[in-house]
Amino acid sequence: MLLVLALGVLSGCASPNLRGTGDLGVVVERATGSVQIVDTTHRTSLARVDGLGDLSHASISYSRDARYAYVFGRDGGLTRVDLLTQRIDRRIIQGGNSIGGAISADGRLVAVANYEPGGVKVFDAGTLALVADIPAVGSNGKRSKVVGLVDAPGQRFVFSLYDAGEIWVADMHDPSQPVLRKFTGIGKEPYDGMITSDGRHYAAGLFGEDGVALLDLWNLDAGVARVLVEFGRHGEKLPVYKMPHLEGWASTGSQIVLPAVGKHEVIIADQNSWKEVARIPVAGQVVFAVARPGGREVWLNFAFPNNDTVQVLDLPTRRIVQTLTPGKGVLHIEFSPRGEQVWLSLRDENRVEIYDPDSFARIGTLPVESPSGIFFTVRAHRTGL
Amino acid sequence: MRILTTAGMVIGMAFSSAFANSPPLDPQRQNELVRLVRQDCGSCHGMELRGGLGPALTPQTLRDKPASSLVSTILHGRPGTPMPPWKNFLSESEADWIVDNLQKGFPDAR
Ligand code: HEC
Repeated sequence: MLLVLALGVLSGCASPNLRGTGDLGVVVERATGSVQIVDTTHRTSLARVDGLGDLSHASISYSRDARYAYVFGRDGGLTRVDLLTQRIDRRIIQGGNSIGGAISADGRLVAVANYEPGGVKVFDAGTLALVADIPAVGSNGKRSKVVGLVDAPGQRFVFSLYDAGEIWVADMHDPSQPVLRKFTGIGKEPYDGMITSDGRHYAAGLFGEDGVALLDLWNLDAGVARVLVEFGRHGEKLPVYKMPHLEGWASTGSQIVLPAVGKHEVIIADQNSWKEVARIPVAGQVVFAVARPGGREVWLNFAFPNNDTVQVLDLPTRRIVQTLTPGKGVLHIEFSPRGEQVWLSLRDENRVEIYDPDSFARIGTLPVESPSGIFFTVRAHRTGL
Repeated sequence: MRILTTAGMVIGMAFSSAFANSPPLDPQRQNELVRLVRQDCGSCHGMELRGGLGPALTPQTLRDKPASSLVSTILHGRPGTPMPPWKNFLSESEADWIVDNLQKGFPDAR
């Protein structure tokens, strides 16, 4: 099936085969260094692209025309995959050990966050030539792992220094001369960061302390505030077998849903005051909390040993309305752009399952080798991704 | 210093004799452990175990560290760091098998 489609594309090179990319996406095959290009209209896989290196913690950003996927690999690989020709367009090894990346507001710069050696490297989105290197040396004089890299309005990148406990804002108006604004002492071990859907607030989750470090990007002079301190304060901390991902922190406009760290619960907070509104017990340590477009429901997946479960939180009633056990190793949740389908990657089952989020019926399944992240092209037009 | 070394040796001997008495792991469980280490430990240490949020778990980085303390790190975690305890999921002999293989060079899945 894959082969026939791939051949069709190869032989179709001469004849114009026009199509858009708005209903396409990429699924990472984490164990084989490959990705599959998928189509959400027909719920099929169009092609497999190999040779992307170690994808065990890969993430993806899209070019602003939603044609190219930038794949950030754990081995420091940065690969640009063309969704239309279904081939690797360019590939470089940019650093030792990367964890994620982001694309600038104007689409011309791709930034990569590295654990080892800790820092951010910025590349020309077209040529993948290096334009800036920002070593993450904290105020303690030591190089730090970088996490939670996002793009922000105003041609900026924002990221956190895990070991140093800092948040940095890099203004990239002159790409080769980033202007850095550093916020130190923001809290112990920021493990990930996210930007709210309106692009105003950058929030970093803290592992080593209670609460969330919050930066108002409209008012940098106000500095970093600590919010939701009470979150995590009560009761015993449970072991965390996988760090939560904040990219999925469901920011629905008025409310934000956050996974508690070391607690089997999610916190619903008011997005204006950043005060806790409710706390909901769930099936395990939440990894991703993903809002369905429209923002009514939030889908949750969990860390080991509850990674066979998915729960659906209904925000108006603040109740868990559905618990699914689609299979072993549920790693990621991605909605189609308007939320009429939800795709789940089942790492240990070697398949991706597609559900109707209204009826919870399974409406499709695709064979995918050890799938992890699912990334639809709608991300091309979202700040922070 | 000398007393410490001796104590270490005694503990080391107690450990190895404990392992010697436990039955060897059957191949199926070994496969499960390979998968667990590459996938679930891999979420922090990298699937290739070359490091991530947690340090690299390669022969080069682990060779000179005492196996007994690595086994204890796996079973009990390191409080105050993200390294969680695995004692509810792994027996002592399983943790020992993992450390032994990490120090030798960890097998691939499948
Ligand atoms: C949630 C993240 C996380 C997971 C999952 C995790 N680790 Fe760790 N691990 C760490 C961190 C962080 C450290 C470093 C702790 C410190 O700062 O001392 C560590 C340290 C270690 C060490 C000590 C290394 C040394 O050089 O001293 C060993 C051994 C280890 N882990 C094995 C494992 C094994 C085996 C598993 C799976 C059964 C596992 N870890 C799962 C985060 C994790």
